[in-house]
Amino acid sequence: MIVPNSKVILEVRDLHATVEGVEILKGVNLTIKAGEIHAIMGPNGSGKSTFSKVLAGHPDYTVTGGEVLFNGKNLMELEADERAQAGLFLSFQYPVEIPGVSNASFLRLSYNTVAAARGQDELDPLEFDDFIREKIRIVEMDPAFLDRSVNEGFSGGEKKRNEILQMAVLEPTLAILDETDSGLDIDALRIVANGINQLSNQDNAILMVTHYQRLLNYITPDFVHVFADGRIIKTGLKELALELETRGYDWVREEAAVK
Amino acid sequence: MKPAIVELVKDPTVASLLRTRPELPETGLMRVAMLRREAVDRLSALALPTIKDEEWRFTNLAPLKELVFQAPERKPEAVTLDQIERFVLPESRSSRLVFVNGAYAPHLSDVSALGDGVTVQNLADAGDRAHLLDSHLGKHAAFQDEVFTALNTAFLGDGALVHLGRERVAPAPIHLLFLTVPGTETVLVTPRVLVVAEAMSEAVLVEDYVSLADGATFTSAVTELFLADDARIKHVRLQRENRQAYHLGRSAAVLGRDAAYASYAVTLGGAFTRHEPSVLQTAEGTDTTMQGLTLIGSSQFADTHSVIDHAKPHGTSNQLHKCILGGTARGVFNGKILVRQHAAQTNSAQANRNLLLSEKARIDTKPQLEIFNEDVRCSHGATVGQIEPEEIFYLRSRGLSEADARHLLVFAFAAEILDGLPVASLKEDLRRHALEQMASAQEGR
Repeated sequence: MIVPNSKVILEVRDLHATVEGVEILKGVNLTIKAGEIHAIMGPNGSGKSTFSKVLAGHPDYTVTGGEVLFNGKNLMELEADERAQAGLFLSFQYPVEIPGVSNASFLRLSYNTVAAARGQDELDPLEFDDFIREKIRIVEMDPAFLDRSVNEGFSGGEKKRNEILQMAVLEPTLAILDETDSGLDIDALRIVANGINQLSNQDNAILMVTHYQRLLNYITPDFVHVFADGRIIKTGLKELALELETRGYDWVREEAAVK
Repeated sequence: MKPAIVELVKDPTVASLLRTRPELPETGLMRVAMLRREAVDRLSALALPTIKDEEWRFTNLAPLKELVFQAPERKPEAVTLDQIERFVLPESRSSRLVFVNGAYAPHLSDVSALGDGVTVQNLADAGDRAHLLDSHLGKHAAFQDEVFTALNTAFLGDGALVHLGRERVAPAPIHLLFLTVPGTETVLVTPRVLVVAEAMSEAVLVEDYVSLADGATFTSAVTELFLADDARIKHVRLQRENRQAYHLGRSAAVLGRDAAYASYAVTLGGAFTRHEPSVLQTAEGTDTTMQGLTLIGSSQFADTHSVIDHAKPHGTSNQLHKCILGGTARGVFNGKILVRQHAAQTNSAQANRNLLLSEKARIDTKPQLEIFNEDVRCSHGATVGQIEPEEIFYLRSRGLSEADARHLLVFAFAAEILDGLPVASLKEDLRRHALEQMASAQEGR
């Protein structure tokens, strides 16, 4: 929701980044305020996934220009774990499996690490058990998943639900959802979207990176951005997503070239 | 060993090992005296294996040739209870047998929780159980072609004898603690264990090798286990000697009908070590679990050389061996599963998983299946991996520091084995030990 006079959470100015010497981001500009839901759409290879990884601090990418302010702080000075502690969350397109670590103990370790960094109380296993049992309802997850190894043997939909569960546990100020809808059947998509909607409020913000308009039927964005050739070339309201679905991306590119 | 006999030994390393003990204590045990004699005779014909020997392809014994050996001082009474306190398992306070450089240490041992058909005693004092020695000692770990087993057998004397009577269940885990105390030269220690589990008996056994101080020692250990019909043994073998230790150990288990044997071998210590677990399934319906964890760093070397021999039908075996290697450590896994012609309906799985923590660490792995019956289900495989940057990034994106992320991933890899250990305090101990070792292994990158 667009909240009048709400504070700026993320401010990206002319961001450039490379991987192995190749420039992928070529001047991204984006401002996100508290309460807002943004969607970034774009063709494959446009750099939209790179953008989300750069924001989260992936070590493979080198920022070569521009700046990113997160709640007023220079994000690029922070390591990936410090960004998480500061309230930035990335839902992975391909969540990593961690055999041998139970989901519950991982979630608690993550929660307590972040809580300690934020000056909040840590939870002992019993307290955390109560806490997590509330949270798993948000993604309609069977408690049995808490005892299984993190993501190991999970289906695509279960992995994405687990990502949203982690988001629910860490309560980020900005959640970046990288292709959270890809590979989901309609039931899983509904559950995941429903979870995200429950977690969205006027103090946080959500940035969805998606290839398809389908997710936006369930989560209504305030702004839709078109990502192409390493930058945002057009910004519109939610209707833009529908237009992109029917007309593709070429017209946006041509329009941008004319400017 | 009498000089005249030693002169007949051709291999100079074997001769120098034998020379460490000109005199062995007298023994009233016929079986022991006979085995000693036969083993010494046999040693005159045996030589140290070389890497041309297929079974020693990855394990070069050349470092042994450089060593100067000495006999252990037989002064077990010099070691105090305080000194061993950190190795004591709370579960086994009164079911523990302790040896110092191979010599029985009665003042450190306590088996008062046992009795009632569960006997744990010094092998050299087993005059009233001579029939057990006659039937089993030297029968399950043959020395004819095994130079180190022959060496151990030539020095037979003190050792652990575990006897579980028919249908008896050991009330507590039996802890066999073998301490080494280094000397001025490399001390040769030859621990021996014989376990005889009568029908339907059960026990948890912890065979534990530790060093009391820094300094080189050479442990050449042999353990024989006989499980009669329906006997169930869980056997933990823990090698946590110091970083200068040489250690060659053999565990030979022979299984009767429907017997269940589970072995958990954890290798943490030593400069140069090898463990040879073998299981012979001599009757129908036996079940073998073989779990191994090797966790080494710096310049340590550790070899695991296993054989599971399915000789009869309806046997199952499940083997998982994991290695975590840091620094310039080298690991070897050679695991043979043999399914003989008559072993129909065998169900066997073997996996070897390796995690390399540094660029210079190395593993040689050779899983082997030899199957001579078509009516079986067997699988095997080996993997070698390292911690992926994507895994670290995932954990860091959830707030964990890089060091914590690494620890968690390595620890998770080890946990699959450690969590299965049948002694709770050991689980905790080893978790802590594993964490410490991991930290140092990663520093040594």
